[in-house]
Amino acid sequence: MTLTRAAGADVTTVPAAPLVEMRNISVAFGGVHAVRDVTIDLRPGEVVGLVGGNGAGKSTLIRTLSGAHKADSGEILINGESASIGNPREAKAYGIETIYQQLALADNIDAPGNMFLGRELTSRLGALDDAAMENATRKIMGRLNPNFRNFKVAVKSLSGGQRQSVAIARAVHFNARILIMDEPTAALGPAETAQVMGLVKQLKAEGIGIFLISHDIHDVFDLSDRISVMYHGRIVDTVDKTQVTTDEILGMIILGKKPGEATQKELAELH
Amino acid sequence: MTEAPATQVVTRDQPPPEAGGSLLAKLDIDGRMLGMIGALAIIWFVFNYMSDGNFLTPRNLWNLSVQSSAIAILATGMVLIIVSRNIDLSLGSLLGFLGYVMAMVQAIWIPTTFGLGYDQPYTWFLALAIGIVLGAIVGALQGVVVAYGGVPSFIVTLGGFLVWRGLIFRFDQGQTIAPMDKTFQIIGGAPGVGSAGELASWVIGIVACIAIVFSIVSSRRRRRAYGFPVRPTWALVTVIVASCGAVLVGVWEANHYYLPAGLATQYAKDHGIVEPAGGLLIPVGISWPVLLMIAVTLVMTVLATRRRFGRYVFAIGGNPDAAELGGINVRRTIVGTFALMGILCAISAAFLTARLNSAVTGLGVQSELYAIAAAVIGGTSFSGGIGTIPGAVLGAVVMQSLQSGMAIVGVDSPTQDVVVGAVLVGAVWLDVAIRRRTEA
Repeated sequence: MTLTRAAGADVTTVPAAPLVEMRNISVAFGGVHAVRDVTIDLRPGEVVGLVGGNGAGKSTLIRTLSGAHKADSGEILINGESASIGNPREAKAYGIETIYQQLALADNIDAPGNMFLGRELTSRLGALDDAAMENATRKIMGRLNPNFRNFKVAVKSLSGGQRQSVAIARAVHFNARILIMDEPTAALGPAETAQVMGLVKQLKAEGIGIFLISHDIHDVFDLSDRISVMYHGRIVDTVDKTQVTTDEILGMIILGKKPGEATQKELAELH
Repeated sequence: MTEAPATQVVTRDQPPPEAGGSLLAKLDIDGRMLGMIGALAIIWFVFNYMSDGNFLTPRNLWNLSVQSSAIAILATGMVLIIVSRNIDLSLGSLLGFLGYVMAMVQAIWIPTTFGLGYDQPYTWFLALAIGIVLGAIVGALQGVVVAYGGVPSFIVTLGGFLVWRGLIFRFDQGQTIAPMDKTFQIIGGAPGVGSAGELASWVIGIVACIAIVFSIVSSRRRRRAYGFPVRPTWALVTVIVASCGAVLVGVWEANHYYLPAGLATQYAKDHGIVEPAGGLLIPVGISWPVLLMIAVTLVMTVLATRRRFGRYVFAIGGNPDAAELGGINVRRTIVGTFALMGILCAISAAFLTARLNSAVTGLGVQSELYAIAAAVIGGTSFSGGIGTIPGAVLGAVVMQSLQSGMAIVGVDSPTQDVVVGAVLVGAVWLDVAIRRRTEA
C-alpha cells in the first residue's frame, strides 16, 4: 500500500481531518457497475487528482458527491458527519460546488444570471435584483479575471475561458469548501488553461479541498497532492504525488496495476 | 508556487460611465423588437395606402386592438412554454372547455340549477373564478404528466386537444350556451359598455406615462449607484419620449373612435340628451379587453424577466442540465408554465364568451396555432431559451393587422390564411438568417 511506501518519506504537513470521506460507494446503471466499492477522501487545502481512462467511473463517482446521481450503496461523510446528498441543492448546502466538463452554463443568460443561477438575489418583494447580482459578479471577476467585461450579454457569445471563469466565479462567490472540477480545462486553449490552473492553486491556498478530474496527467501531476487512479469502476490505488512517477501513474491508468505490480516490461510497452 | 496571472487584482476606480457600442446598444433597445415595430409600421402604411386611408382610422385601429387581444393573451403564455422547450397544442380546446364551464355557471347553474336568477352581483366573479381555478388545475395536470410523467408535451397536449374539445361536445350536445351575465359582458369590449370612456382612458394613459418614466429613471439610478455604465442622457430622453408618445397616441386614437350612430342615439335616449343634428360624438376610449391584454402583458413580462420563475424558465430552455445542476426544480417550473397557460386560457375564454354573449362548441378552435404563430413571429425560438413577451404580443398584432388589412382591401378569407401562413414561415426564415449572421 501507499502508506508503507510513504512511511519513510519526509512528511511536512500533519494531515488535517478529512473534509470529505466517500466510503464504499457503488453505482450501477442497469447491469453495468460504473463504480464499485470505492473509498476516497479529501482534506482541506488539498488537491486530489482523480484519473483513469474513459469509462473508468471518475465522473460517475464524483457526481454522487455533487448530487447529480445517487449512489446505490456506500456512505458520504462531510467533516466526519454522515451527509445525505440527494440533489445538487443539498450538495451546495454542504459547501460542495462543481465545475463541469461540459461547462454547465445556461447559454442564453448573461454572466451574473449564470453566477447566481438557482440562488438569485432578490428584493424584499421577490423581484430579481439584477443590479446587485451584476455588482457582485463585477467584484469577483475583478479578482479572478480582470479582463472580463461582458456582463450584459448571453454567455454563448463568450470565449471558453471566459465561460469557465464564470463557472469558477460561481463556486468562489458561494464560499465553496469542497470544489469538484470535472475536466475544467477540456474546452480551453493553452493560455486559458494556465489561467484556470493558476486559479486552482489560489483556491487551494485558501484552504478549499479540490477533487480534480482530468485526462491530462501533466495537469494532475502539477496540481495534485495525492492522485487516485480508477480502473473499471474501482480505485487502483491512491498515491502521494511525490512518491510516484508519471510512468507509474500511466501504468495504473492503462493496466489497472499498482506501481509495484506492473513489470518494467509492461511499463516500457506503454510508450 | 508561481503567481498565476489569474490571481492579479486590477482595480478600476472609474468604470466607463456611459454604455458604448452601436446606436442600439446606446439606446439599450432590442434590435429585433425595433425591427418588428418597423415591419408593423410598413404593414400599416401599405394597407392604409391600398385602402385609400381606411386602415389607419380610429375605428379600424380600435377594432384591431380588440381583435388582437385574445391571441395576444394566449401568446404571452405560449412564449414561456416554447422557451422551456415544450409546446401546448391543447389551449384552443381548453379555452373552449373553460368558456363552456364559465357560460354554464352564469347561464344555467346559478340562475336555474340553484334557482338564484340571472345577473346576480356575484355571478361574474364566480364564473371567472371557477374558470381561472379550473384552467390552472387542468394546465397543471397536463404539466405534471409532461414534467413528472416524462411524456413529451407534444403528445400530452395533443391528447388534451382531443379530450377537452370532446368533452365540450359530450356535454353541450352542440347547443349554444347563453346569455352571459350583464357585468361579465363588460370584458367582451363591445363599444359603449365594454370600454373605459374618454376621461378614464386619458387618466390611464397619463398614469402609464408616469410609471414608464419612474421605472426607467429608477433603474438608471440603481445602475449609477453601483457605478455601472448607463445609456447617455439623450438616449434616455429618446426612449422616454418614444414610449410615452406611443401610449398617448394610442389613447388619443381610442378617444377619437366615437360610438356608432345607433348606439349613440340609444345613449342619448338613456341619458335624456337631445341628439344634435349631426349626431352625438361620444368617445369610446380604450376597450377593457385591450386593457386586460396590456395588464396580462405587464404581469407576464414581470414574471418572465423580474422573477425567479421566469429566470428558471429561460435557464431550462438554454441548458436543462445546467438548470438542474444549478439546483433549480425543473419539473415544478415546467408544471408552473402549463398552469399559467391554463389561467391565460380562462382569461381569453372569458373575453371571447363575453364578446359573443354565449359559449359555442367551436370556441377557440385553432387558437393554439395562432398563439404559436404569434410567439414565433415575435421572435420566440423553437430551440428554446429565446423569446420575449412583448414580442409575442406584437406578433399577434402583426397577424391581426395582416388579416384585417386584407379584409379591408377585399382579399377573401382563404387567401388571407395563405398569406398569413407564408408570412409566418418567411418571418422565421428571416429571423434564423439574421441570427446566423450575427452569431456566427
